[in-house]
Amino acid sequence: MGFLTDPFFYEVLVSGLLAGVMYALVALGFVLIFKASGIFNFAQGVLALFAALTLVGFQKGQVPFAHLINAIFGTEVQFWSDAGIPDFLAILLTLVVMIALAWVIVRVVLRPLVNQEGIILFMATIGLAFVLEGLGDIMWGANVKKLDVGLPSGPSDAIIDATGMFVDKLEISAAVVAIILVVALTLFSQYTKMGRALRAVADDHQAALSVGISLETIWWIVWSVAGIVALVAGVMWGAKSGVQFSLSLIALKALPVLMLGGFTSIPGAIIGGLMIGAGEKLFDFYIGVPFLGGATENWFAYMLALGFLLFRPQGLFGEKIIERV
Amino acid sequence: MTIQPVAEAAETDTEYAHQEVDHGLNARKVGDVVMEMKNITLRFGGVTAIKDVSFDIREGEIRAIIGPNGAGKSSMLNVINGFYHPQEGEVWFHGEKRGAMKPHEIARQGIARTFQNIALFRGMTTLDNIMTGRLTKMHTNIFLQALWKGPAEREEIEHRAKVEHIIDFLEIQAIRKTPVGRLPYGMQKRVELGRALAAEPKLLLLDEPMAGMNVEEKQDMCRFILDVNDEFGTTIALIEHDMGVVMDIADRVVVLDYGKKIGDGTPEEVRANQDVIDAYLGVAHD
Repeated sequence: MGFLTDPFFYEVLVSGLLAGVMYALVALGFVLIFKASGIFNFAQGVLALFAALTLVGFQKGQVPFAHLINAIFGTEVQFWSDAGIPDFLAILLTLVVMIALAWVIVRVVLRPLVNQEGIILFMATIGLAFVLEGLGDIMWGANVKKLDVGLPSGPSDAIIDATGMFVDKLEISAAVVAIILVVALTLFSQYTKMGRALRAVADDHQAALSVGISLETIWWIVWSVAGIVALVAGVMWGAKSGVQFSLSLIALKALPVLMLGGFTSIPGAIIGGLMIGAGEKLFDFYIGVPFLGGATENWFAYMLALGFLLFRPQGLFGEKIIERV
Repeated sequence: MTIQPVAEAAETDTEYAHQEVDHGLNARKVGDVVMEMKNITLRFGGVTAIKDVSFDIREGEIRAIIGPNGAGKSSMLNVINGFYHPQEGEVWFHGEKRGAMKPHEIARQGIARTFQNIALFRGMTTLDNIMTGRLTKMHTNIFLQALWKGPAEREEIEHRAKVEHIIDFLEIQAIRKTPVGRLPYGMQKRVELGRALAAEPKLLLLDEPMAGMNVEEKQDMCRFILDVNDEFGTTIALIEHDMGVVMDIADRVVVLDYGKKIGDGTPEEVRANQDVIDAYLGVAHD
């Protein structure tokens, strides 16, 4: 066990775990919607992108649909204010936008599809992903934007002094935020009557209606919460790598996390994220670079997920699917 | 003398009712009309599922809806609980005309139901399933609920006690923590009844509560239905195919055939009705 004394081991492990937290933030949004409506929401990544774009737009005082307005009216509007909106207010406004967006999604996309098969709802979310991506583009423009909401960033001197490890402050903030989110969401879904109503809706629409649950209200709440989680994920990823359209692809990295953690478990999303993050970094460091020529991070997570699909399809913490023949 | 607890008798014959009380039997009270369906017509495109059907349900009675397959029985139940909205006709509940309401709003008014093809939350335990029946009765602040503190804790305990009472009543203590997807069919039917009861409904709709059961399970279910009606005074409207069962437990029966009402009355009256006999046994066309 020589590697346990290797200082690099810990550094790689910690950076892997922190990267895993970032994956988990995205995965959380998936779990929420899947748990509550049985829908695999393909649009979650785009939702995060849209939230980040909106936040930056508000911060910078961008005029929404500026290109469209300019093209139609021949004007030259770009910013309605050079100073923009203070961070805190911008975040609040973005929250309002996400909640309103959730309402629109429920009315326009989900309501006509009540009592349909899961696969149909899944297809609808694929469509939603494209629509949202286009909407984000038209509203806020396609250029890469810098996102700064005043989160600490850069290497943490305290940790370097104490352990000699290089850890980004931003990733520590992400970890703290993730912990708060998970605790809040777990309490919400385990102990409130809303949580029970959510699971009921996921299980059977008709039966849920017959016990007095309003599908639309529940869906609205779920999509709002998923939108808020998407905003958090969007802020973290945006602060890390800039707000750009490739952000919507982080959803793909969340898939193996979900397969490991299980589609229905909130703590599972976090633990799955940590395992994928640490696993891919350690694999790359000890096996990938010395023996396989590196760049294993691109595929390691998917291989791990494939293994899980073969031997434990419900993931580590997912509910076992009961099917009576 | 022999006393038969027939509601009809207790209702019309005060002497009989007194005797029933003297013998320690619960004199069931069949009261005023709680639900009235007036000239209901329901169409799906060109198909008319229900054609100009009127009937009423009185407080405290067991009202059966019978008829051959495709007669529109389940559609009628779906109209009552708001899954379908009839094109013509009026639904009156507790003396008020009901507008176009959504099923969950109707559920909150006190109409609970079970389904022909069991609609339980399969991934949840028996206990959780029955607890969902009480969702409309929980009112504490959601944040308090999340923290499991103060009034929220008291409320949860209170509801849990009610649910445990139902579990005792239906004799399903042993399967309290079992996910219902794993239970045998008869048990699932019973859990579904429990979920409907948890809402403390004013009107309970049962869609073929005994379909696909063996004799023993049917007897159990009959007993539960009678007990619910007796102990809680719940008004029950049920659809059932087993004639023996219907004749035994129902106070009044309405018979549908091809969406039309062909009979309405006590089991004896319905049994003697020529139209009903024709519908069930077929009639020679010559």
